[in-house]
Amino acid sequence: MGMTMVEKILARASGQAAVKAGDVVEPKVDLAMSHENAALVLNQFHEIYKGTGLEAKVWDPSKIAIIFDHRVPAESSKTATNQKKVREFIAAQGITKFHDIRGDEGGICHQILPENGYVRPGYVVVGTDSHTTSHGALGAFAFGIGATEMASVWALGSVLNVEVPGTIRVIVSGKFPKHVLPKDLILYLIGKISAEGANFKVIEFHGEAIQKMDTSGRLTICNMSVEAGATSGIVPPDAETLRYLKEVAGVRETGAAFPLSGTSGPDPDAVYDQVIEIDAAALEPQIACPHTVDNVKPVSAVAGTPIQQIVIGSCTNGRLDDIEVAARILKGKKVARGVRMLVFPASGRIFREAMAKGYLTTLMEAGALVANSGCGPCLGVHQGALGDGEVALSTTNRNFKGRMGNPNSEVYLCSPAVAAASALTGVITDPRGER
Amino acid sequence: MAKVVLKLGDDISTDIIYPGRYMATVLPGETPQYAFADHTEFNARLKKGEIPPGSVIVAGKNFGCGSSREQAASCLKGPDLVIVAKHFARIFLQNSINLGLRTVICPEIEADEGDELEITAEKVINKTKGKTFDVIPLPKARQAIIDAGGLIPYTRQRVLAGKK
Repeated sequence: MGMTMVEKILARASGQAAVKAGDVVEPKVDLAMSHENAALVLNQFHEIYKGTGLEAKVWDPSKIAIIFDHRVPAESSKTATNQKKVREFIAAQGITKFHDIRGDEGGICHQILPENGYVRPGYVVVGTDSHTTSHGALGAFAFGIGATEMASVWALGSVLNVEVPGTIRVIVSGKFPKHVLPKDLILYLIGKISAEGANFKVIEFHGEAIQKMDTSGRLTICNMSVEAGATSGIVPPDAETLRYLKEVAGVRETGAAFPLSGTSGPDPDAVYDQVIEIDAAALEPQIACPHTVDNVKPVSAVAGTPIQQIVIGSCTNGRLDDIEVAARILKGKKVARGVRMLVFPASGRIFREAMAKGYLTTLMEAGALVANSGCGPCLGVHQGALGDGEVALSTTNRNFKGRMGNPNSEVYLCSPAVAAASALTGVITDPRGER
Repeated sequence: MAKVVLKLGDDISTDIIYPGRYMATVLPGETPQYAFADHTEFNARLKKGEIPPGSVIVAGKNFGCGSSREQAASCLKGPDLVIVAKHFARIFLQNSINLGLRTVICPEIEADEGDELEITAEKVINKTKGKTFDVIPLPKARQAIIDAGGLIPYTRQRVLAGKK
């Protein structure tokens, strides 16, 4: 019986010839990522060793990545103290993949990992962040875990008692119409299968529209797979994956050196739980309405809704192409009065590239506020909380009640094109008439 | 016997259980003060110690969806609450197992605040309503972690066995 992408990866990582959905395995971890919550991980890590008489040393400091992004620069003394403790731990353990609060190498964890070439096709990647699903964009099996589970990974180098997940195969045919973006595809899919439609499963993406999609777009769709409950999203690695690794991430090895030998896909006779077909050409811009991510409507159904804050950024849509789309639409125009437009480039590198290309100047001249790389207001801690009764339109990934810092506010989710077109009008606006 | 102290609907996210603005608080001993912080009445009762250990929260499907933040599980484990839901989101369920928070998957559950429940490995019996509902047991691989007392002791056994 053939194997899906994730079955192949888990077979390799657990030293077996073949595995199938439902098997229990203990895969070796190739990359273990944490952010500020490494403060909790290290607390739990020390708990494991308590009373054992053994020295608490991580299994392999070169396979651990820690990136500060959730609350940068620190919004409180508590966060600053946690970040300090994590820095001390990193130094003591010799962890090398550390990205501190810096303009040269800092940024959002799910951008830092791919752009530095830390993720390779066939890897098992775990992260103490639910959006770790992003890294399936490079053909890895990447999933979110809690802090205690990460502490266990730091100790053992493997994930204990993992059930091999079943897989949903999503085939996306056709070409995207102008200003219909990967974000619209993933919102549409989440709306179609619901917030728990892929719970405990993997979404494997196929089809012409995926093959033609660049890695940035693939990161967007894999990132939000978790909003359908998926353990992970994954795109079988192909020529685009190898191009990204070489040209963007600066990886010198060739495909043959990767655990899954470059561009190998699932077996033709792999067994899937479900197959879903979508025609990209038939999509229109999509909006996830308050207060669940699966409350998805076409933009035409909610056009005209007044908004007070627009956010472009996050691990979902804070990359160079996202900022470029916004800059093109806003060039020479003005953000409507009464609307605050906040832009958070996903990494220092993207910030500098967007600066060099003039996108940030264009956005600022239009009235947008450009802030430092990081998660920004996405998780409601700082840099843009909403007032009572206010409405935000955001390219981020969650619109749960209270998500942007205030339970008495509303968040709509959209693509960067919708966000930019709506910035001009102050109401939710279809971008398809824009340049 | 345990009383239902809070009844919730579907898709209760970790932002509802443990709002993001309290994420800088991480230690399990400190998180319970922010449990359901925006459900101000419930949070106040919890902080005053008015909710006895073993009390039950009843919820619909996809409980704990969203973030991987472990605070969402530890803040409920602290006051020793039991969560009976139609189903749980993956990461929340795993965090609960790892920390020893009692979670019961009960797809047909019907219960209201104030109802008295008896919970066994196979059934949830709503004594107030006189109805019984089946429980879906956890897979064996998950149960092994619970039986060890959580993931920390489970991993500690492995570390001591030197099976790296």
